[in-house]
Amino acid sequence: MDLYLAVAAGGFRRYATYGIATAAGVFTNTVFGFIVAYTYIALWDERPGLGGYDQAQALTFVWVSQSLLAAAALIGGGFQEELQERIRTGDIAVDLYRPADLQMWWLAADLGRAVFQLLGRGVVPLVAGALAFPLALPVDPLRWLLFLVSVLLALVVSFALRYMVGLVAFWLMDGAGINIMATVASIFFSGMLLPLTVFPGGFGEFVRVLPWSAMLQVPMDVLLGKHSGAGGAAEALAFQAGWALVLLGTGRLLQSAATRKVVVQGG
Amino acid sequence: MVAGESRRGGPVREGLRGYRLIVAMWIRSTMTYRTSFVMTTVGHAVITLLDFVAISIMFSHVDALGGFTLPEIALLYGSCSASLGLADMLLGNTDRIGARIRDGSLDTMLVRPVPVLAQVAADRFALRRLGRIGQGLGVMGWAVWTLDVDWTAGKVLLVPVMVIAGAAIFAAVMVTGAAFQFVTGDAAEVQNSFTYGGCTMLQYPPTVFAKDLLRGVTFIVPLAFVNWLPALHVLGRPDPLGLPGWVAYLSPLVAFVVFLPASLAWRAGVRSYRSTGS
Repeated sequence: MDLYLAVAAGGFRRYATYGIATAAGVFTNTVFGFIVAYTYIALWDERPGLGGYDQAQALTFVWVSQSLLAAAALIGGGFQEELQERIRTGDIAVDLYRPADLQMWWLAADLGRAVFQLLGRGVVPLVAGALAFPLALPVDPLRWLLFLVSVLLALVVSFALRYMVGLVAFWLMDGAGINIMATVASIFFSGMLLPLTVFPGGFGEFVRVLPWSAMLQVPMDVLLGKHSGAGGAAEALAFQAGWALVLLGTGRLLQSAATRKVVVQGG
Repeated sequence: MVAGESRRGGPVREGLRGYRLIVAMWIRSTMTYRTSFVMTTVGHAVITLLDFVAISIMFSHVDALGGFTLPEIALLYGSCSASLGLADMLLGNTDRIGARIRDGSLDTMLVRPVPVLAQVAADRFALRRLGRIGQGLGVMGWAVWTLDVDWTAGKVLLVPVMVIAGAAIFAAVMVTGAAFQFVTGDAAEVQNSFTYGGCTMLQYPPTVFAKDLLRGVTFIVPLAFVNWLPALHVLGRPDPLGLPGWVAYLSPLVAFVVFLPASLAWRAGVRSYRSTGS
């Protein structure tokens, strides 16, 4: 456990050294936040209550999305390219000899990165948004606590998906194509593009049970108090935890299939 | 060989030749992984098309956004997407210069007999960006087909001019952003706010945004000339800032004008460069 904490701290520190890049990222998230906020105002002016949100809640959706974007790697980024590079060059063989679990190692490193980006790139855009627009941020500390738990689960689900994407390099060698496809799915199905409650009819219901909804839509609804009472919130968190377990498990299966392949190549 | 030949041409011809050679090299290299190339090209087209899918989903709930219909917004969306795609393919990798400065590999570029800007622009040339251009032109084609526009010769001419001048304006922003990285080293994302962020804004009608923002993107960073002003003229709609109709035809001039500060910034950047020594 100490080992993984150290790995996570390393992931945090590594990203903390990119000061100017972080400032540039804050600027970008804020600019995008403003642009999207204006389009949402136009949309919610036309259709008040769309997707079950009033305008302040829709604007909150915009700014909290911008705050989670880098941490949950919603439009790409993270570690998967580095993992693919290690697979391509064969450095992965060294990693497999280490007395640490490969998946846990990367999970710890990625959580360290995510926590840094949540603080470094998350707080300022949200404050900027709250100053410029009327947001529906809760005052109840319990709600914020539930939200943070939900964000943590979102980060694990995001990691678990990207870990599988990274491992695909064992078979495809070049990961660029699969990475783009994964980003497409993440942008569309997480709620980054539009809240998933705005997606029409049966298609909307379908996208809300996919794992990507656990990465943004669910934490957002926990924050906005869309799940009635303690039972509703617990159900939302259980939905995320369920996907986290399923995806981490599938990732392990894929990993053992992949490592068997390394032995074949090494012989 | 290269030096002998380059003596015959001016710096621009030399730059274009170097650019062409580097681009050809990257295309050959990309084609090594053909499946990946197809996937990334399709992926790029789909990623950018998703923005339009989002707009379409919005229009499943409303009839107009900021007073504009879906085909009208499609004209804005498609033209901006095609312009950005074009600029992105021709010199989109200028944002990698920060990485080149950090790892010291810019030094190698400075000693080669090809202008640095040509090398930086062609760096890792990504043919997959045809995906964005293709889908942008596709959506724009649908818009032009569907819209009930009173076409005149001027308006017909304005559509391709808008796309090309728009690409040139984005290109100038990219060069300025690259020059800025000589100072900051690690701020490629600031450039993205103006290019990708700008394009996200230009997909929507200007009526959606606050007046101050419109003034900023008309008079300071003239992104409004990428597509808003020409497209408003084609659609026969007034500009929210009350500018006269003929400004719609100024895009090529604006593109030319913004290249002056961009090239000055670039020169200053290259001149101020001091190697990391690594």
